[in-house]
Amino acid sequence: MDIELRGITKRFGSVVANSDVNLTIRAGEILGLLGENGAGKSTLMNVLSGLYRPDEGQILIDGKPVNFRGAGDAIRAGIGMVHQHFMLVPVFTVAENVVLGVEPVKALDRLDMKTARAQVRAISTEHGLEVDPDAIIEEIPVGLQQRVEIIKVLFRSANAIIFDEPTAVLTPQEVIEFFGIIKSLREAGKALVFITHKLGEVLEVADRISVLRAGKIVGEGDPRTATSADLAEMMVGRPVRFAVERRTSPPGGPLLEVKNFTVLNERDEIAVAGIDFTVREGEVVGIAGVQGNGQTELVEALTGLRPTAAGTLTFAGEDITQASTRERHRKLIAHIPEDRQRSGLITDFSVAENSVLDSYYAPPFSAGISMRWPEVYRESAKIVEDFDVRTASIHTHAGNLSGGNQQKLVVGREMSRDTKLLIAAQPTRGIDVGSIEYIHERIVKARDEGDGILIVSTELDEVMSLSDRILVMYRGRIVAEFDGATATVKDVGLAMAGMKA
Amino acid sequence: MAAIESASSAGAHPALDRAARRQRLVTAWLLLGLAVFIAVVFGTGVTGSATFRLTLPRDAVPLPNLVVPAAPFIYVVAGILAFFGVRQFLRGGARWSSLFLGIGLLLAVAAFLVWAADGKSFSLTGMLESTVVRAVPIALGGLAGVLSERVAVVNIGIEGMLLAGAFTGAVVGSLAGGVIGIAGAMLVGGLFGFILGALVITYRVDQIIAGVAINLFVLGMTSYLSSQVLTEYRELNNAPVFRAWAIPFLSDIPVLGPVLFRQNLFVYGAVIMVIIATYYLFHTRAGLRARAVGEHPEAADTLGINVYRVRYINVTIAGMVAGFGGAWFTLGSVGRFDEGMTGGRGFIGLAAMIFGRWHPVGALMAALVFGFADSLQQKLAILQTPIPSEFLAMAPYIATIILVAGLIGRARAPAADGKPYIKE
Repeated sequence: MDIELRGITKRFGSVVANSDVNLTIRAGEILGLLGENGAGKSTLMNVLSGLYRPDEGQILIDGKPVNFRGAGDAIRAGIGMVHQHFMLVPVFTVAENVVLGVEPVKALDRLDMKTARAQVRAISTEHGLEVDPDAIIEEIPVGLQQRVEIIKVLFRSANAIIFDEPTAVLTPQEVIEFFGIIKSLREAGKALVFITHKLGEVLEVADRISVLRAGKIVGEGDPRTATSADLAEMMVGRPVRFAVERRTSPPGGPLLEVKNFTVLNERDEIAVAGIDFTVREGEVVGIAGVQGNGQTELVEALTGLRPTAAGTLTFAGEDITQASTRERHRKLIAHIPEDRQRSGLITDFSVAENSVLDSYYAPPFSAGISMRWPEVYRESAKIVEDFDVRTASIHTHAGNLSGGNQQKLVVGREMSRDTKLLIAAQPTRGIDVGSIEYIHERIVKARDEGDGILIVSTELDEVMSLSDRILVMYRGRIVAEFDGATATVKDVGLAMAGMKA
Repeated sequence: MAAIESASSAGAHPALDRAARRQRLVTAWLLLGLAVFIAVVFGTGVTGSATFRLTLPRDAVPLPNLVVPAAPFIYVVAGILAFFGVRQFLRGGARWSSLFLGIGLLLAVAAFLVWAADGKSFSLTGMLESTVVRAVPIALGGLAGVLSERVAVVNIGIEGMLLAGAFTGAVVGSLAGGVIGIAGAMLVGGLFGFILGALVITYRVDQIIAGVAINLFVLGMTSYLSSQVLTEYRELNNAPVFRAWAIPFLSDIPVLGPVLFRQNLFVYGAVIMVIIATYYLFHTRAGLRARAVGEHPEAADTLGINVYRVRYINVTIAGMVAGFGGAWFTLGSVGRFDEGMTGGRGFIGLAAMIFGRWHPVGALMAALVFGFADSLQQKLAILQTPIPSEFLAMAPYIATIILVAGLIGRARAPAADGKPYIKE
């Protein structure tokens, strides 16, 4: 099946998400669709999968124009989508999720789960996608969940499959497995679209590459001849520097010492199981790991947002295990939280108000019970200037900034003061390459000034490029330690998957 | 998530033990406290025996009365509770602590009854019969809550829908007879369900506010009509009442017969609705889709399921169920409408829904517990216990909360509950 997108334009209010996009997808081919976050990739694919209706332009399938009024129409036309955030009902079984919407039934509308299970098994074996039809989605690993998503679209006889950032949540080993799956689907004659912002991956599996920037197709590439640098420049619109300067001077004394540290999650289960590590002055320690292995709980406990169940935390020789969040903040520990919209910013507050969320209570920003707004505005203007936050004004709601600029605002607030330790969780999640480059620069600068830095990230590339030492967290424990200069993606990846390197 | 669970199941970690130990100790102290309370408050002051009548006057097979010597029974119960409590301290078995807490609370209620009925005669079967009757509007309110919250619409307006059903049942029933009265009540209930749907699904009004608005509107409207119209035209408020209908043979079973099989249409209707709702939600295609809409509406939407339509249908059906439950107050009970006669049963129904873990059968069971409390309060007033009956009436509710919190633990609402779905 060949699909052609012709002159697609999609607007949300005054924002143009896609502008006059032309794209061809062919059977037996993998099209790599590259673009930064916010470039309009997901919007374009939502148009193709019938969730959005284009304001202008046409979709042609095998030369015939089609008009999708909803996701159902696109599914019937043979287009399936594997979403970035899996569209699976967590409390349902695999089989229930697969058949949802096209359920086999008996008399009285009774679900025929026996047939459903058999159908799921048939597709599993046909395409080599092993999975238990009776497993509950929330109890299986992310890699398997993605398999269920793929089975789901195959179950609907999809001939064209769109993968939206399919590798974002996978371990390196799962990524390799995924490449195997997508290649075998290509052999089976499916038309495939692989959306990503990871250059290496698209160069590895795509047959053709299209690059989307600011809603427009800005270039095409041949994966046999194109280089990462070419594609990155096309994506960002200017040359990008990837490498981070490594530390040249040896690190100083221990700054943060974590001993036998144990943290519980909301359900009183052990999320961090008695771990030990040290962050020294002028050193970047990276914690790698697949999401959900206790990193969130660890960071929350280190910053005082969550109680420590057992163990001690020593900062600059002082026991801060019981210190409150504000006390820790006053001891010059900065925290970039993993979810900027949930705990980094108040999206309904202005940029200026968000700039002093950590220090509004003290002079010079307040005097007694009253705020001193001129001081707040001065500080905010300085952060916006220094950290390159692109905003219409400091009075704009933080929620109206793009993800990258929101993140730069958080980073600016945390790092504009004199800090000793920076705890950064997912510092560059979901932001554009330009902002990533900038934030990494600031982190390196802080390190060079003698700060200790702890980076907790599920982006292995980020941990690898920034860290002097890499710790790998798996099921609440530190399972491996690597030297940042000599570690390989393969070794770290194996440790992330719980296998001994 | 799976990773964390398997880490914790590793077991003997001090931090995990601490959480388990806390729960164990709370249970232990609770049981010991109950034992002391029962021994001191109930045990002293009882002199004779409590007589429980198991047979109603019309029963086919008469059973002898159950005579319980009050003081020994109460001390034995206190002893058992103390044993359970000490056992919690010593053995700990966190796994069974909820079970022992449940048994303990049941025994405590029994001891309470014996104390209250000391030296008197008390109709146990009569109380159980009225338990079932009083559970009906709560169960139906809870069922309406289950049906709408399973598609992620929080339905605070159930109280108003019950009241609207009660009013319509009385007026239409007076004019056209009981069966048409029920149909009218369900129609009006469904209408309010649809209005709630329109407000929260299409216009995305805050779900709590929309529900409260419905409650206030119905309360005001029915009070106005009742005081202005029904007092003037009394023939509009004189509806027939559905009498108990005994199921042949089954109703002759001692105790169970009169409690379960000699009831009126509303009791049978509630049970049948619960069965149908369970089948619908968990065994049909439509039910699977409804639950998907409540858990993950985006996923349902990407699979071509019309989220809005599913929500409208379910909320409207929920309104009809509540309307039927409302008709119980008039057509199933007193035959006339009084202002605000639902008295918060809709809200108790919502509590039953939560305690019943958003499951129709669970909601029914929880409603029975509440019905028991309700019925107990009424019967205690007759027994003339030394404590004011209003105060006594609180005890079963408190026990219920402890029982449910201890036995069932934290319930989990549908993931998208209360959140509007915004397409595009």
